[in-house]
Amino acid sequence: MTEPERRRTDRSPWNWLLLVPIVVPLLTFLYNRDEPRIGGFPLFYWLQFAFILLGVGTTTLVYQMTKRRRP
Amino acid sequence: MSEHLTEIIVFTVLFLLVSGMGFVASRWRQPKDMAHLDEWGLGGRSFGGWITWFLVGGDLYTAYTFVAVPALIFGAGAAGFFAVPYTVIIYPLFFLILIRLWSVSHRHGFVTPADFVRTRFDSPTLALVIAITGIVATMPYIALQLIGIEAVLKTMGVTGESTIARHLPIIVAFAILAAYTYQSGLRAPALIAFVKDTLIYIVILVAIIYLPYKLGGWNAIFDAADAKFQASPAPNDGITLNANNQVQYFTLALGSALALFLYPHSITGVLASKNRDVIKRNMSALPAYSLLLGLIALLGYMAIASGVKPLPGAKPGTVDSNTVVPVLFDQQFPSWFAGVAFAAIGIGALVPAAIMSIAAANLFTRNIYKEYLRKDATHAQEANVAKITSLVVKIGAVACIVFLDPQFSIDLQLIGGVIILQTAPAVVIGLYTRWLHRGALIAGWAAGMAIGFWMLWQIPNAATGRKHFGGSAFPLSEFGLDSTKTIYVGFVAVLVNALVAVIVTLVLRAASVQEGIDGTKDDDYFADEGDARLEQQRTTPVENVSST
Repeated sequence: MTEPERRRTDRSPWNWLLLVPIVVPLLTFLYNRDEPRIGGFPLFYWLQFAFILLGVGTTTLVYQMTKRRRP
Repeated sequence: MSEHLTEIIVFTVLFLLVSGMGFVASRWRQPKDMAHLDEWGLGGRSFGGWITWFLVGGDLYTAYTFVAVPALIFGAGAAGFFAVPYTVIIYPLFFLILIRLWSVSHRHGFVTPADFVRTRFDSPTLALVIAITGIVATMPYIALQLIGIEAVLKTMGVTGESTIARHLPIIVAFAILAAYTYQSGLRAPALIAFVKDTLIYIVILVAIIYLPYKLGGWNAIFDAADAKFQASPAPNDGITLNANNQVQYFTLALGSALALFLYPHSITGVLASKNRDVIKRNMSALPAYSLLLGLIALLGYMAIASGVKPLPGAKPGTVDSNTVVPVLFDQQFPSWFAGVAFAAIGIGALVPAAIMSIAAANLFTRNIYKEYLRKDATHAQEANVAKITSLVVKIGAVACIVFLDPQFSIDLQLIGGVIILQTAPAVVIGLYTRWLHRGALIAGWAAGMAIGFWMLWQIPNAATGRKHFGGSAFPLSEFGLDSTKTIYVGFVAVLVNALVAVIVTLVLRAASVQEGIDGTKDDDYFADEGDARLEQQRTTPVENVSST
């Protein structure tokens, strides 16, 4: 396999999306409440669990959109 | 002791099974030549997606997870849940950083972050500073793993009267761990991680279905916790945050997230993967462990609802809050399953302890031994020195536990977090730009360490009556601000560090102080598996090069 001559880069506008799951979980005013509860879980807990899905979804999307095509 | 016999038998059998695996691991994915640091210390840099997921997951989510986080939730409530936002933001935060570090490390054969800093900034001194910081931060982290094992042993009634008798089981466990890490290197924890993580997922799945069923549902669990915190005189507990600890909550989450991938053992796990794609895909897959961590944290509330009383601590009149989860399991589970759960925690401590000692050994070998003691060391000599160092590191960790008060496991880890954060400007910013001067990075590091230690020194702990190093929540009023809020020490220290680095850079540049030569090229930061230059350096050939 020969090394590609073109300049490689990780730059992509999709990368900016990664900021969303970094910033949102730090905004305590979004989730610092007890009500409404879901399945017995206060909002403070279920919403922060939901941020895990936000993180997974975002990194998966960015990975798929910026995949380097192999020669 | 007899009432815990079933637990002890199940625990011992699983522990011995895993120890056997640790020794066999040296033949797993056998390399051409084990006498090379790439093999012993990085598993041949050949791990694919699954192995990396188990290895890094088993590495980042340690005994700290199983013991200290629920203990914090048990004691303080919502403030302890920072572990969830912390482990959510890590992955998007390091998504782009880690692939650059992987590429440049493979192109140049770097084994440690200090190796990178040495070449990038042409400064053995800066590399030494980074290496020593890494080793010092890792030591209490290894000690923390031992506390996880001890909490379990204590619950099973395996205790003794004298200091030596009380610590004998962990000394034996660590001797076995030291022996198979010495022989198999990173392959041992990689193989054991499969068992550890499987056991833990089973235990937690059962716990979050079975325990709420027994305790009257999640509503009842949260209400019981709420009632406890309402009744307690402490101002900052509760099932939600209050006006004073929200800044602490998010700065601690952010600061801890920045720190985690700076730890030598995390970088070791990342560099052991075979290509960039493995890392990127794992950034999406590793949060499965964050879900697990959140659920484990809630075991603290289940312990409240179940009326758990933590076992007494080492000193009379104190309690060992780390025993909260083991006692909960002991009370609620049938004894054979409690034994499985205890084994999960015990083995859960071994995987990170092994990787941490390997990472510390790599740092010593590459950045102290080869740099200062024996510049012409061969690959075989490097591997040998690393193996011996890993033994020394483990003895040091055991000494920490025997001679220090185990009550402060989580704070020890938080102090380590403050220290390791001070390597961020050199390692993370250094991956993107060489603008910061090498001298300025050393000055910034010194400033960050100084203010970090000063702040930690100022923090008392009301609960334990200690005047210093009582936690990582620093009252803003100490800065002369009219506020009752607290902030995470590491966050302030790394900001000071970066600020000093910028100012000193401008000064040194104005004075035309030499900056050294950058040993890396722009293209190095994008190198990937399949590049001709990269494949030549591999000590273990990767079987399926074009798998994706």
